[in-house]
Amino acid sequence: MEKAELDRQFTDLYKAHLRDVYSYSYYRVGNHHDAEDLTEQTFLQAYRHLERALAESDGRPLRPWLIRIAHNLAANLYRDRSRRPQTHIDDDSQLRTLHTTEDLVEGRDELARILEAVKELPDPRREALIMRFALGMDNREIARAMGRTDGATKVLIHRAIKQLETMVRTPDPAGT
Amino acid sequence: MSDSILPSDFEGLLRQALTPVEPPADFAVRFEQTLQNLTDIAADELDAWELGAMRDPRNWPGVARPVTAAAIGGAAGVALVVVRVRAGRKKRRAGAGDPLAYVEQTVRAVADEARRVLDR
Repeated sequence: MEKAELDRQFTDLYKAHLRDVYSYSYYRVGNHHDAEDLTEQTFLQAYRHLERALAESDGRPLRPWLIRIAHNLAANLYRDRSRRPQTHIDDDSQLRTLHTTEDLVEGRDELARILEAVKELPDPRREALIMRFALGMDNREIARAMGRTDGATKVLIHRAIKQLETMVRTPDPAGT
Repeated sequence: MSDSILPSDFEGLLRQALTPVEPPADFAVRFEQTLQNLTDIAADELDAWELGAMRDPRNWPGVARPVTAAAIGGAAGVALVVVRVRAGRKKRRAGAGDPLAYVEQTVRAVADEARRVLDR
């Protein structure tokens, strides 16, 4: 492939999926600083391997491949730090932006509780929900990104939603 | 929390909670700056090699100009070359006993990567 064509493909990929990669990164690492680093590294890695990915994709969308790169880099980040990030999804600016009217205060609290519960899910379930609901990926895309079968992914998402719903609906024993 | 607080459309709530997150407005600028920084690092390594080559230019005939041309080419291609070369820098430093050997190894790496990009 000509270099100019490869650069054009990369530019298109970057423009089309910057928000996807950033959203995944943000919900994965829990803060904007690391999300920016992760997004940057993801696209640098993507450029390095784009020609091969294009050849092997056989026309299929490259978003699952991009998210898989971000997933692997995030795993390396956690491994290198040997701990979970100190700052999880602690910036509720997204919620503030979406729900600014008084009559949505209670709804906003519910969304915040859901977000808190998402953080407590096992990693595969949390990632699957991020891909499904933050990125709008279908089962097949999620399966490709996670290296699972379509069937296993469907079960994973179903169980993740059920677990999350149970967590959110279970009364807080402390009464908070 | 009681069940009555939550509507039946739990997936709808989940979709609202996990709303897509836009990157900062200046992210693209910083990303381009990162590419530029990587380019600068490549240029430094090339400068170092050219100084080394002056000591014995017969060692590397015909390599300097193509490599330099590749390094000042398109930004994405530069990033590709530099990222790959950077990745091998620690290894080269560990394996090079003297500065000239390190520079020579670096230039070999840059040249190899530049050829791969230019051959596309």
